[in-house]
Amino acid sequence: MSVQGNKTLYLDKLTVSFDGFKALNDLTLQIDPGELRCIIGPNGAGKTTMMDVITGKTRPDSGTVRFGEKLNLLSMSEPEIAQAGICRKFQKPTVFERLTVFENLELALAGDKSFLHTLFTRRTVAQETRIFEVLEIIGLARIHQMMAGVLAHGQKQWLEIGMLLMQEPELLLVDEPVAGMTPQEVERTAELLSSLAGAHSVVVVEHDMEFVRSIARRVTVLHEGHVIAEGDMDQVQNNPRVIEVYLGA
Amino acid sequence: MAQYTQWFSTRKDTGTAWFLSGLALVAIVVPILNLLVPASSSFHVSAFGLTLIGKYLCYSLLALSVDLIWGYCGILSLGQAAFFALGGYAMGMYLMREIGPRGVYGNPILPDFMVFLNWKTLPWFWHGFNHFSFALFMAMFAPAFLALAFGWFAFRSRVTGVYLSIITQALTYALMLAFFRNDMGFGGNNGFTDFKDILGFDLHSDKVHVVLLVITAIMVALSYLLCRMVVSSRAGRVIRAVRDAESRTRFLGYRVESYKLWVFVLSAVLAGIAGALYVPQIGIINPSEFSPINSIEVVIWVAVGGRGTLYGAAAGAILVNYAKTYFTSTIPEAWYYALGALFVLVTLFLPRGITGLLSGGGFKKQVETERLRVQEKSPEGSQE
Repeated sequence: MSVQGNKTLYLDKLTVSFDGFKALNDLTLQIDPGELRCIIGPNGAGKTTMMDVITGKTRPDSGTVRFGEKLNLLSMSEPEIAQAGICRKFQKPTVFERLTVFENLELALAGDKSFLHTLFTRRTVAQETRIFEVLEIIGLARIHQMMAGVLAHGQKQWLEIGMLLMQEPELLLVDEPVAGMTPQEVERTAELLSSLAGAHSVVVVEHDMEFVRSIARRVTVLHEGHVIAEGDMDQVQNNPRVIEVYLGA
Repeated sequence: MAQYTQWFSTRKDTGTAWFLSGLALVAIVVPILNLLVPASSSFHVSAFGLTLIGKYLCYSLLALSVDLIWGYCGILSLGQAAFFALGGYAMGMYLMREIGPRGVYGNPILPDFMVFLNWKTLPWFWHGFNHFSFALFMAMFAPAFLALAFGWFAFRSRVTGVYLSIITQALTYALMLAFFRNDMGFGGNNGFTDFKDILGFDLHSDKVHVVLLVITAIMVALSYLLCRMVVSSRAGRVIRAVRDAESRTRFLGYRVESYKLWVFVLSAVLAGIAGALYVPQIGIINPSEFSPINSIEVVIWVAVGGRGTLYGAAAGAILVNYAKTYFTSTIPEAWYYALGALFVLVTLFLPRGITGLLSGGGFKKQVETERLRVQEKSPEGSQE
């Protein structure tokens, strides 16, 4: 199995079935370094399952998942994959509600994550500086001492994105980042994600077409676990197969 | 802004300070009241009183161990009494060997129950228990080993929530049945009793009980500080993260199973120590210590005191047990109803227990107060 070029993520012929239902069906997809990719598709198209496979939560029946040149993600556990530089934002904002914003980011710091290390470690100045950098990026610096549980929905989404940044990932997987956000929040999130591309590869799964249009350079359309179209937003929107799937024609 | 965490940690420290001062007070005043105040005075603490206070302290240590695994890590272990009983049995084995030829049958090696069962030699697993230090080691090692083996399988297979609680209940129940059997070599349903002395000191003397009480208080204080160190470290925050959003923690790169296992083993060791301190003071250990209801009671102490705060759990154990002593001596038939009602009420109205009440409402209340505070600061209610 040879990997062409220097892709960040390389999915090849992935198939996952649950009780006979094929959530992913012969899915092939490649992500370039620094790319911002949007993945769209109707409900049940396999978007979340794809994320599950990449992050090690679900094992495919067949196919290959490679990260960078060497790593075979299928033989790695969830924490190992996270340590290797793939971070995931869940569909529902998932932050540690009973820790402060600052502590949430602290736990996401890259580094040794074994029990004995975290038991005796102390925060270094460099780490604090890094936490405050990220707090500035996600716009939560002013309220960093607050319990994450009291944040507004949009702020939780940003905090979670901030937690991904703390891990200095190569690849960010972002599942429906703007669900339930106000238009202003959506706009800010679009800016945030666009600014992250380049330094990181970003894969965004989203339903909100306006949002996708505003950030996407390249869009992949999934349907029934399979890629049916790929290209820029206009190409994809004019693709007859995509129109058929979305409009049910 | 910084004052928020400061306020939070000072408040935590206040509880710690109160609890540790309380322990110190008990360790100083109770011995005086027992040894120096004449028995005729109404301030005199009797031998029975000493035993009772010693028992409360052991229970508060047991409650700490449950709080660590349940309150902080979110794993509702309903088998904690098993670790307590194993620690107790390890100490009991030493105390049995210590009786030596003073038993009813006068056998210098075999404890009475073995002579009674017509055993000729000491079973292999009784060797070494004539040494106090070995017994102490086993009081910690046996619970740790059980927790490690059990936790390794359970956590690795991602057994969580109520399923885990049920299998921990099954674990302690199975151990109870096993220890009830005479041929297990642990004294069957009678367990161990009639101890004579510990390290040569007479267990019937008040002075020895006073020393045991002081040692217990010191061990509770040290364990408390150890727990406090764990929960206030970064590892402690990871543990709370596991409790609140397990898969998020996993995707941050933490090996959740390994964290759970460490906490579970640590909590088993603490429970074992509590059991080992309990047996010489109470003077008996038998298989009923493994009974499922015991583990459930510990959970109630912690819930009443306030889970997720160490001093709350420890104080809850002392309070509920004091109430139990009081109730069971006045209206014994009402106790279990009272305990059940207490648990229901606390679960419904005081999710953070008595400590939550003292520090101003439950989690929801706290969240509400915080939200109001934020809105006052920035009228638009959200960050620009």
